[in-house]
Amino acid sequence: MSINILEMKNITKTFPGGVIANKNINLKLRKGEVHTLLGENGAGKSTIMNILSGLYSPDSGNILINEKPVSLNSPKDAIKYGIGMVYQHFQLIPELSVVENVILGIKQRREPFLDIKGSADRILEYSNKYNMGIDPCAMVWQLSVGQQQWVEIIKALYRGARILVLDEPTAVLIPQEIDQLFNMIRQFTAADFSVIFISHKINEVKEISDRITILRKGQKVNTVETSEVSKPELAEMMVGREVLFKAYKKKAVPGVPALVLDKIEADNSKGLQALKIVSLAVKKGEILGIAGVDGNGQSELVEVIMGLRKSTSGSVKVMDKDVTNAHPREILDCSVGHIPEDRRVSGLMLEMNLRENLILHDYHTVPHSKFLLNWKFIKEHAEKLIEDYDIRTPNSDVLAGKLSGGNQQKLILARELHGNPDILVAMHATRGLDVGAIEYVHKNIIAQRDAGAAILYVSTEIDELLNISDRIAVIHSGEIMGIVNPDNVTIKELGLMMAGSKKDTLL
Amino acid sequence: MEVSNTILQIISSFIEADLRVAAPILIAAIGLLYMEKAGVVNIGAEGTMLIGALAGSIGAYLFQNPWMGALVAALAGGLVGVMFAYLVVTVKANQIVAGIAINILALGGTTTVNRIFFGLNASSSDIPSFTKVAIPLLSEIPVIGSLFNQLGLAYLAILMVPFTYYLMKKTTIGLSIRSVGEHPESADTAGINVFRIRYGTIIIGSMIIGVAGAYLSVGLLSFFSENMVSGRGYIALASVIFGKWNAFGVLGATLLFGFGDALQIRMQAIGSAIPYQFLLMLPYLLTVAAWSGFVGKAVAPKASGKPYFKG
Amino acid sequence: MIYYKKNCKKRLTNDSSATIMNKQIYMLYVHVRGKGILEAEMENIKQKPVGLLILRLFPPETAWKLLIQILSVFSALLVGAVVIKLIGGSPGAAYRALLVGSMGNLKAVMETLVKATPLIFTGLSFAYAAKAGLINIGAEGQLYMGGFLATLVGSSFGWMPLIIHLPITLLAGFIGGGLWGLIIGWLKVKFGANEIITTVMFNYVAIYFISYLVTGPMIEPPGTYPQSRPITDTAILPRFFQGSRLHWGFIVALLCVFLFWFFFRKLKVGYESRVVGSNFEAAKYAGMKPAKVMILIMFIAGGMGGLAGANEILGIQGKLFQGFSPGYGFDGIAVALVGMNSPFGIILGGILFGALRSGGNMMQMIAKVPISTIYIIQSLVIIFVIAGQMITLENRRKLLAIFRRNNGSE
Repeated sequence: MSINILEMKNITKTFPGGVIANKNINLKLRKGEVHTLLGENGAGKSTIMNILSGLYSPDSGNILINEKPVSLNSPKDAIKYGIGMVYQHFQLIPELSVVENVILGIKQRREPFLDIKGSADRILEYSNKYNMGIDPCAMVWQLSVGQQQWVEIIKALYRGARILVLDEPTAVLIPQEIDQLFNMIRQFTAADFSVIFISHKINEVKEISDRITILRKGQKVNTVETSEVSKPELAEMMVGREVLFKAYKKKAVPGVPALVLDKIEADNSKGLQALKIVSLAVKKGEILGIAGVDGNGQSELVEVIMGLRKSTSGSVKVMDKDVTNAHPREILDCSVGHIPEDRRVSGLMLEMNLRENLILHDYHTVPHSKFLLNWKFIKEHAEKLIEDYDIRTPNSDVLAGKLSGGNQQKLILARELHGNPDILVAMHATRGLDVGAIEYVHKNIIAQRDAGAAILYVSTEIDELLNISDRIAVIHSGEIMGIVNPDNVTIKELGLMMAGSKKDTLL
Repeated sequence: MEVSNTILQIISSFIEADLRVAAPILIAAIGLLYMEKAGVVNIGAEGTMLIGALAGSIGAYLFQNPWMGALVAALAGGLVGVMFAYLVVTVKANQIVAGIAINILALGGTTTVNRIFFGLNASSSDIPSFTKVAIPLLSEIPVIGSLFNQLGLAYLAILMVPFTYYLMKKTTIGLSIRSVGEHPESADTAGINVFRIRYGTIIIGSMIIGVAGAYLSVGLLSFFSENMVSGRGYIALASVIFGKWNAFGVLGATLLFGFGDALQIRMQAIGSAIPYQFLLMLPYLLTVAAWSGFVGKAVAPKASGKPYFKG
Repeated sequence: MIYYKKNCKKRLTNDSSATIMNKQIYMLYVHVRGKGILEAEMENIKQKPVGLLILRLFPPETAWKLLIQILSVFSALLVGAVVIKLIGGSPGAAYRALLVGSMGNLKAVMETLVKATPLIFTGLSFAYAAKAGLINIGAEGQLYMGGFLATLVGSSFGWMPLIIHLPITLLAGFIGGGLWGLIIGWLKVKFGANEIITTVMFNYVAIYFISYLVTGPMIEPPGTYPQSRPITDTAILPRFFQGSRLHWGFIVALLCVFLFWFFFRKLKVGYESRVVGSNFEAAKYAGMKPAKVMILIMFIAGGMGGLAGANEILGIQGKLFQGFSPGYGFDGIAVALVGMNSPFGIILGGILFGALRSGGNMMQMIAKVPISTIYIIQSLVIIFVIAGQMITLENRRKLLAIFRRNNGSE
C-alpha cells in the first residue's frame, strides 16, 4: 500500500459574504498516482488548489504532507513542501525569458547573482527528457500557448515539486499536445511523482487518472477508483441528478437566413490569422451552436460579426444588408442583440447602477432620450425589466457589480432581449452560472428562437450545445469543420471534429 | 592656437557644468528607477527631494559635516518613502494622488520647518557643504578633465548607474523587482513577497532621492531655500521614462537634459536670440515624444501605477 | 459639519476620538446591514447628529462614502492640530484664527469665495476627466494656457462693449486650456500615451511657454517688467462690492458646476463618458466612440483649467505674468477628491480649501503659526481622503470586524 504523500482533512473555506467554497473536503493523494478533481465550474476545485498553493488559508481543517501537519501560508510554503502549481491562467511573465521565469524567486548558487547559464542547462535537460522543445533563452511572449504550459511544468519541477497540481491543463491545448501532456504525466508518476489533475472533461479524466474525487457545490461527492466507474456514473456524480434536465424545446421552424457570413477571414490581436474562410448562415427561428475548444477563433468570429474586429476578406450580411466592417452601432441598430463573452469584462459597467446598465444600447433613442436623457422614463422602464426578468435586487439604484453572477447575466438578457432582436449573438452565455441560472438563460434564448430570432450560440460545453442547438457548427483553428444535426451526432464525432477532423472525413 | 584653446576651455567648463547640473537629477532618477522597476510611479519625487534638501542642510548644520547632511537627508527621504509605501502598497491608494499629496506636504512642511529651524536669517556660512574632489591624473586631462573634478556625490551618482544596471539584470533581487513591476500576481505565486519588494524599493529609492535633495542644499548651494528643487523631481521622472527604465538610458537622459539646462544658462548669460525657455521645455517635450512613441516607444513596466490586491 | 465638530470636540473630553469613530461606523454598519437592528441601537443612532442626518438623507452606499469622507477631513484636521502643537503653536488658537479669518465676517467670507473660485474650476477639471476614467494632472498647465489666450483676447479689442468682450475673453480662456487638454487626449487615443505622464510633462511646458511669452512677444512695452499688457476694462470680471475682491468669476464657477451636473446627468455624451470611464470595453461593444469621447472630455477638462486661469487674470491679476498660479491646478485634485467628483462636493471642497487659504493670514498673525502650515493640512486632507476611499472599497469588512469587536467588548 503506497503512502499518502498529501492529505487534506476537513477543509472548509468560506469567502467574505458567506459563499461557502469548500465544505469539509477530505482528500488523500498517494505517491505516484494521478488523482483527478472532477467538478463543474464553481464546484470548488480552484479553491482547493489555491489553498494548496498557499494563496488562501482555510477557515478550518488540516493539511498533512508525508503524514506531518503543515501550514501553507504563502506560495513559498507550498514550494517548500514540494507542491508545484500549474495554473490555468499561466503565471508566466511574458517580458522575461524562459530562464528568468523559471528561476524567479529561487535561491541561487552564487547568491545574490543569477546563475543564468547553469539554470539554462538544467532547463534544457528537463526539456529534452520530456520532449518539450523549449529554448531556455527565448522570451516567453515568443512561445506558443502549449510551450508556455511546458514552461510552467518545468518551473514546478525546477522548484523540486513532488506533487504537481495541473489546473484544467488541456483547455488550451490541441489534441496532439494533450497526448504529449499525458505522456509526460505518465513519466512523472513512473518516477513516483504525484499529480493532482483538475478537470471537468470526463473523457480525459477517465483516460489519465488513477483515482477521481468528484466535487459538487463545494462538497466532496465521492472518491472512486477510475477503473471501477463508468463515464455516465461520473457524469451523474458531477452534475447531480437534478440537472439531467433537457431544455424543453419545440421543433425549430427555420425561416429565411438572417445572419449570413460569406468567406470571412480575420486576424487575431497578435496579427495571426484567426478565421479561415468561414461561411455560415443562421436562419430565423433557429439556434446555430458553435462548438470548439477555447481559443479556436470563436472570439474573433463574434467580434467580426459585431463590428468589433475588422475582417480581412469576405462579407457579413444582416437581413440582406451588408454590414461588413460596419461600426458596431450600425450593426446593433439592425436589431442585433449581443451577449458578450465575459459579462464582467465587456458586458456590464460594474460601478454603474442597473438603470444605467440597462440603457446601454437604447440611451440614444426615443423615448430614452430626445435631446436630453429622460430619467423618469428610464427608471420606470428599468423597473419593469427588473420585474420581467426576475432580477433579484431591492431597486434599480443598486450597482451592477453588487449583483450575483446569475443576476448579472439576467441583467444582460434583459438589456439584449427586451427589444426582441431579429438576431442574437451569444457567447459563453452560461459560463460560471449555477444550474438554476443556466436553465433560465436557456429558457429565454429558446423563447427568442420561437419568436423568430436567428441565434448564434457559442459555447465550449458540448452537453449544453447538444441540448440547446438546432444545428451545431464545429470550429477548429478558425475553420469550420462541418455542421451537424445534434439529434444524430455522437459525442465522439463532435470530439473528433473539435480536434480538427473535417466532417466529410468522418463518414 | 589661442582661439582653439578658448574653445576648448569653453567646452571643458561646459562639460563640467553639464555634470554638475545633471548629477542631482541623475541621483533622483536612479532612486526613482528602483521603485519604477517594481511598478510604482512616484510623482512625489519632487517633494521627497525638497524634504531631502532641508534635512540635508539641517544635518550638515547640526553635525557640521556635509556627509552627515546627506545621511540625514537619506533618512528623511526614507521616512517619506515609508509613508508613500504605506499609502500606495498597504492602503492601495492612487499612486499619482499620493505623490501629489507628498509634494504639497513637502512644500508646506519644509517652509514651516525651515522658518522655525533657521529663522529668516540663515546664513550660508554656518552650513558646511561638499567641496569638489579632483581625481588625480584624470582631472588633469585637457578638456574632459573637468569631468573628474566634481562633488563627491557626483562620482557616487555615476557609480550608481552600472551598479543599478547589474543589480537589475544579474541578481536575484533585481529579477524579483522586475517581476513585481511586470506581473505581481506571477511574482507572488513564484514565492516573491510583492509587498516587501515594493516597500523595499520605495524606501531605498526615496532615500536616494533624499540624497539628491541634499546635493542641492549642501552641494550646489550651501543653504536651503524654499521650493529650491523647482521641477528637478519631475525632470528625474522624465529621465526615467526617456531613458526607458534602463540605468544607462537614465544616465544618457539626465546628461542630455543637463546639457540643455547648462546650455540654457549660458544662453541666458550671453543674451542669445533663442529663448532659453524652449531649452527648458525640451526634456518634457522629448519625454512626451518618447512616451507617445515618436522617438522609440518607451514602454513602462506592465504593472505601473497599479496596486496589488492579493488573492 | 460644524455642528458635528463641536459635538465631537465636546465629547473628546470624556471619550477618545477612536471610540467615537468606532461608534459612528458601527452604527452605519448596522444601518447598512438593514436587519437585526435592536431597538436600543436605533435609539443610540438617533442621538448622534451626523449619523442621524446621513442615515436619513442618503441610501446606504452613499451614506458610507459621506461618513468616511467627513471622518477623513476631520482626522486630517486632528493630525493638523498635532502638527501645529509640534511646531510650538496652539492648535485651538490657530484653528480659531483660521475660522475667524475665513468665515468671521462678511468680508472674510467673500475673500474665502475669491480663493475658492479658481479651485472650483480646477476641481471640475479633474472631475470631468475622472468621470470618464482619465486622470488629469494637467490642470496647472491648462490654467496657464487658458490665462494666456484670455490675456491675448482680453488685452486687445478694447473697443468692444463689456457684454461681448468679456464672454469672448472667457471663451478664449476655455479654448486655450481646452486645446492644451485636447492634445493630451489625442496623444492618448492615437498613440496610447498614458495621460498621467503627458499631463505632468505638459504642465512644465506650459509654464515655460508663459515665461517665454511674458519676457518676449507679449511683454508690456517698454519691457521693464516681465508681464503682459493689462487687460482692458471691457474684459475685466466686475466686482460685486467695493472693498471686496469677490467678482463675477464666482458666479461663472457656479454656472460651470451646474453645467457639469447637466453634462453628466442629462446629456447623452455625458452618459457615454461615464460608460467609457466605467468600462471601456462595454462602451466599444455598445457602439460608442470611446476615442472621440475621451478627446472631448480632455478638451472640456482642459477648458475648465483654462477658465481657472482666465478667472484669475480677468478677476484678480489684470495681466499675465509668470507663476500667477500658486498651484491651483494641483489643489483642484484635492478639491475633486474631497468633493467625490460630485457637483455639490466640488463647491464644498473649493470652499474648504479656499477657507484654509484665506484664513491662513489671520492664523499667522494671531496664532503665530506659519501660513505654510496650511499646505501641510491640505496634504493631510488628501492623504486621509485617499486612505478613507480605500476603506470603503477594500478594508471595510475587516474594519467592521475590528469595530464590532471593540464595540462588543464595551
